[in-house]
Amino acid sequence: MSISTDQVEKIAALANLNLSEDEKSKFTVQLNTILEYVEKLNELDTEGVSPLSHPLDLKNVFRKDEVQPSLPVEKALENAPARSKNYFKVPRVIRK
Amino acid sequence: MTISEDKYEAVIGLEVHAQLSTITKIFCGCSARFGAEPNSQTCPVCLGMPGVLPVLNEKAVEFAIKMGLATNCTISEHNVFARKNYFYPDLPKGYQISQFEHPICKNGRVEVETDGEKHTIRINRIHLEEDAGKSVHDEDFVDAGSSLVDLNRCGTPLIEIVTEPDLRTPQQAHAYLSLIRQLVRYLRICDGNMEQGSLRCDANVSVRRKGETELGTKTELKNMNSLRNVENALTYEIQRQVSLLESGRTVEQATLLWDPSSGTAQIMRVKEEAHDYRYFPDPDLVRLEIAEDYVRQLKKMLPELPAVRRQRFMDQYGLPEYDAEILTSSRELADYYEQTVKIINDAKLVSNWVLGDVLRVLNDKKIEIKEFPISEIRFAELLKLIREGKISSSAAKKVFDVLLTSDKSADVIVKEMGLIQVSDDSAIESMVKEVLAEYPDEVNAYKNGKTGLIGFFVGQVMRKSAGKANPKIVNSILLRLLSP
Repeated sequence: MSISTDQVEKIAALANLNLSEDEKSKFTVQLNTILEYVEKLNELDTEGVSPLSHPLDLKNVFRKDEVQPSLPVEKALENAPARSKNYFKVPRVIRK
Repeated sequence: MTISEDKYEAVIGLEVHAQLSTITKIFCGCSARFGAEPNSQTCPVCLGMPGVLPVLNEKAVEFAIKMGLATNCTISEHNVFARKNYFYPDLPKGYQISQFEHPICKNGRVEVETDGEKHTIRINRIHLEEDAGKSVHDEDFVDAGSSLVDLNRCGTPLIEIVTEPDLRTPQQAHAYLSLIRQLVRYLRICDGNMEQGSLRCDANVSVRRKGETELGTKTELKNMNSLRNVENALTYEIQRQVSLLESGRTVEQATLLWDPSSGTAQIMRVKEEAHDYRYFPDPDLVRLEIAEDYVRQLKKMLPELPAVRRQRFMDQYGLPEYDAEILTSSRELADYYEQTVKIINDAKLVSNWVLGDVLRVLNDKKIEIKEFPISEIRFAELLKLIREGKISSSAAKKVFDVLLTSDKSADVIVKEMGLIQVSDDSAIESMVKEVLAEYPDEVNAYKNGKTGLIGFFVGQVMRKSAGKANPKIVNSILLRLLSP
């Protein structure tokens, strides 16, 4: 399995990243190295082993439907780069 | 329907999002109450802070399974939550926790009826997911060039109910959606309020020539926040697609935003490629396994569902289908009906009054039966007076109106207003005799065959009694005294 520059571009676009041409070729090489390394896992015989969705052998961890205190509004908005009233303020996003 | 529409058929699939009426959010303990101050119901988990861990709300699982059972779905034993990755300011984590390969319910079906014809609509899946926050764009207080985000809604539990493309007309879509709304309300898992967005509907629609088996290019319709909007938007879009095809053009895959005020849909964006959400299992959540026993237990807890209840109302109370359907339209109305019948044991009388005066008040005041001021007990007391002939039906309507705003019982109101019906034969007979004596010409005319005058005599006696004489008794005494 190997990855092309086109695929790197697509992944970058989906992740909202702008990559320079240099970065694109650099990451293509690096990602391929990583994939080759992980490829080693394919040497294992996984016949009859069901897919693992979680490393811990735990299931059904629930919470009761009971209210816990929320953060004060000031605290919730503390990290906001911009705010207006008690809202997070972002560049206009309506899709028109 | 125009000729060109006749040549085509529409293929419609619906995706309905229902906000579950849990007290808290799906993965954290923040309140999920609607209408709180902006950003007052958030915590590190639903704000998407690094290093936090979501923990599943058991009630959300219960509610989703109930909906699956009510729509004849198979409940999945193995469940995995997945991350659906996309960027939008109302989604602080950059992904929505949803279910992908393993939805909690699948392969269901429901039956809807339009124009007396039954249609089976298959449910492809119902999955659990979290809602996103809410963006505000157009209010006065939003600066030009910006949008504001309220994350209170972020993390509210949702179920998404996805049909197979089995719907063919806007009317079927309307019927399906009202059934879904009725079911979530019967199950008490969602308030079904479309205006407030607790129940939201998107539609995928394409058209094709009748007889064709290939699907046409579909568009997606959004922003239809009422049953009527869904029907109108689909009618509009089907017509638009048919017109395009008829004029030799093609339908482009797109998302359209319905604008109820203009009755048109705006194309939001033409999809260049299908979204690539890069779903993968969420490593922060352990697997969810649903035991058969638990499902069986929930099944026993299900309320009697609308279709079954309607049939029972017809069988048990001898009601016509239409009446039974209205009485079972909501679980609360059906309960009100049955509670009252239980007290007074007169199914027909209660049905007449609920379908007539009670529903009229609910519609006029735009209230639900649970806000209706006359309790079943007080309502039954009124109906009992009618059945025992103690008050006339016109007097009963007056008492009904007083009951709406007073705490007094029907008996007391009747006495206070002097509405007790005179059913005493001798008292009525003397009034009848007086009337006959006052109108000798009419009596002669009656005896010569103008029997229609009976209504006139009844009217005169009622007037004499100030409306209190029992009309049935008046009638029978008149017939006796006037007979040759």
